[in-house]
Amino acid sequence: MTTIDAPRTPVATTRRGVNLEKWGWMYMRVSGVLLVALIFGHLFVNLVAGEGVKQIDFAFVAGKLSDPFWQVYDTLLLWLALIHGANGMRTLVNDYVAKPGVRRALHFALAASTAVLLILGTLVIYTFDPCPVGADPELVASFCGDL
Amino acid sequence: MATTAPEAPTQEVGAVQAFTVTLIVRRFDPEKDAEPYWQDFDVEMYSTDRVLDALHKIKWDQDGTLAFRRSCAHGICGSDAMRINGRNRLACKTLIKDLDITKPIYVEAIKGLPLEKDLIVDMEPFFESYRQVQPFLIASSKPEKERLQSIEQRARFDDTTKCILCAACTSSCPVFWTDGQYFGPAAIVNAHRFIFDSRDEAAQVRLDILNDKEGVWRCRTTFNCSEACPRGIEVTKAIAEVKQAILRGKP
Repeated sequence: MTTIDAPRTPVATTRRGVNLEKWGWMYMRVSGVLLVALIFGHLFVNLVAGEGVKQIDFAFVAGKLSDPFWQVYDTLLLWLALIHGANGMRTLVNDYVAKPGVRRALHFALAASTAVLLILGTLVIYTFDPCPVGADPELVASFCGDL
Repeated sequence: MATTAPEAPTQEVGAVQAFTVTLIVRRFDPEKDAEPYWQDFDVEMYSTDRVLDALHKIKWDQDGTLAFRRSCAHGICGSDAMRINGRNRLACKTLIKDLDITKPIYVEAIKGLPLEKDLIVDMEPFFESYRQVQPFLIASSKPEKERLQSIEQRARFDDTTKCILCAACTSSCPVFWTDGQYFGPAAIVNAHRFIFDSRDEAAQVRLDILNDKEGVWRCRTTFNCSEACPRGIEVTKAIAEVKQAILRGKP
């Protein structure tokens, strides 16, 4: 024997399917933990290890970007941090913008700028030329002379 | 307490010291005022009195038009949650001596719910989201006597059974202030009370309801709710446990 329906049982409460809000929340937690490690690694390698902050110049960056390890590292950093920030901004918009039109416009602006920055950043990481033709050998990475 | 200052011979021996407290109350009468305004009252109070007593003195002796809700006046009916000196408290549990009476005491209605008059707000949106989580035992079994439960099973949700639905937590939540669609801490606390009840069979239904765009994921762990709760419920912890239960897919 079954009991009668509970009073005011809402229609279709068991809505199945993907819940973006849940995955957004999960993403913030997971990427947050990864970013703590990635960002401090990035800061240490750039600012503390070796000669410290003085070492940063074109040659230093070019050297890092031609190493597959740092290419993957920087790609991870770029995508995780940018989407993490954009998702945070999205929740801020949800929190403080009540008008649907303004909300949609801000969400669109956020998504567009995030997409542009992701594409540009990824292009830079993978198509960067560490040894531009005709550059002063003093300024480029040390391995450029071997080419 | 029972000391009499020698320079005050008119005072009876053993009399409790009374002092004047200034209350600044945010008044609003929808039939007369376009905007709420602040009005101050001076009342003679004892340190053992509560803010509710001060409001009573104002209403009974000074201005009968002051409107506020109260029922039991002993911290269990949840009627008189209000914003006292910028913090959500129960007027009947806030002692005058715990506030700084050298300054005026600011009293206003709780935020985030439609203001009706003076300290009274429309609680309907609050109770609507409370009803949506189905806050009642759903069980198909029909035992001869009671539904048995071990001490551990009862302890699992003990904290959230303490809720008195005063709305102090929900109306202290910044997400609720700006997004009226969010369930709010109180509804999630009351869902938690049944989700983790071993006798209840509809935990999954409630988890599905709260796994929504406006459900638990809107919680920003600001901890305003835990601080506001006059019953000392660890509200943010309860919400986090519901989040974990949704991720696990079971309580």
